[in-house]
Amino acid sequence: METIKIILEGLPTLLKGMGLTIEVTVISLILAMFIGLVLGVFSITKFKVLRAISTAFVDIIRGTPLLVQILFIYFGLPSVLDISLTAFAAGVIAITVNAAAYLVEIFRAGINSIDKGQMEAGRTIGFSYGQTMRLIILPQAIRRMIPAFVNQFIVSIKDTSLLSAIGLAELTLSGQSIYAANFHAFEILFAVGILYFVIIYSLSLFSRWLERRLDVA
Amino acid sequence: MSMIEINNLKKSFGKLEVLKDINIDVQSQEVVCVIGPSGSGKSTLLRCMNLLEEPTGGDIFIEGDNLTDPKTNINELRQRLGMVFQQFNLFPHMSVMDNITMGPKRLKGKSQAEVRELGTKLLEKVGLVDKADVYPDNLSGGQKQRVAIARALAMEPRIMLFDEPTSALDPEMVGEVLQVMKDLAEEGMTMTIVTHEMGFAKEVADRVIFMDEGYIVEQGTPDELFNHPQNERTQAFLSKVL
Repeated sequence: METIKIILEGLPTLLKGMGLTIEVTVISLILAMFIGLVLGVFSITKFKVLRAISTAFVDIIRGTPLLVQILFIYFGLPSVLDISLTAFAAGVIAITVNAAAYLVEIFRAGINSIDKGQMEAGRTIGFSYGQTMRLIILPQAIRRMIPAFVNQFIVSIKDTSLLSAIGLAELTLSGQSIYAANFHAFEILFAVGILYFVIIYSLSLFSRWLERRLDVA
Repeated sequence: MSMIEINNLKKSFGKLEVLKDINIDVQSQEVVCVIGPSGSGKSTLLRCMNLLEEPTGGDIFIEGDNLTDPKTNINELRQRLGMVFQQFNLFPHMSVMDNITMGPKRLKGKSQAEVRELGTKLLEKVGLVDKADVYPDNLSGGQKQRVAIARALAMEPRIMLFDEPTSALDPEMVGEVLQVMKDLAEEGMTMTIVTHEMGFAKEVADRVIFMDEGYIVEQGTPDELFNHPQNERTQAFLSKVL
């Protein structure tokens, strides 16, 4: 009973943190999907410069730890550039950039997995490269990419906990602030874990439903 | 004016020279069959005709328009050239009807009612009206290829290109596809066909071209080429396949 009381007392703060976690994740992933798609298409064009941009981005972001990226954006950049970022903005940028790097690879592999006869068939009808990509290649490729997308989304949701390092009051930091005051780390972190699990499990269920629905067609 | 005029066409993949010096003239309503051993360059030649392969040298004119001129709008020009592939290349995420109608709908701005009517007409032509709402995965190879022909015809092309249209089919399905092609030829469609079906070439072609090692070795009427081949290589090839 004591445990439940402690959790219930902390719940309003935790739910607020959970809201912020979801907010950062959703904004970041929408932006990351867009960047991932653009750079993913860059990576398969015949233009060397575009391919190089895409490769450099992926290699740099994947080759450095996310925590370093977060600290770099929040503390590093403002110290040389004349900007100041809120923890929220810095967090969104860091999660976006990081997720985008992995999504580039998912888009690239997904598009490459579509038989090249599909592009040729589209082009011979008279569609441009862009039209063929949009109407014929991507609708097929994205269906295949869904499991990989969901995987990356889940990773990114969990990655947001690192934003506690720059003082963003998302779910993890909300938990820390509670047990720092009441010393009930076990109960509070247990609750924090459950709330993460709820977010991620809901996403998993949604993706399974989506895959089943798209499979019918 | 020639429908297709090809002058000194060359095509290399890296160091490999696939087409060496090709000159062809295809007239309106002419049915040309291209035959030859595998690796002779015949598919590459066909793919150059709509710029799926970019020629290394030479010129290709489609109804007088220079295909290789960078100023040519290739997307517009390709609408005049229907293409049928060995592997069908139907769009698996669309119904048969949508496969056929997406071109005219998106590129010619036709209404849903118009394209539906056009699609039905074309499906009647290839004998598959009852398959309009089926997805390609539920069709046999022969049916897929007939849909692919209908899809190409939906853009009302001036010329039809066929790249080994029956090579991926089970033997019992070859006939139904060749029949559709024969009907097209009888309607006066200008056609260039890369094929291994010698019987079809004999019966339907106005002219047969024999290619080997990147050259046109010999060409003539089916009677000339099949019954009185002049070149040794033609004779050797025909003795193997006939």
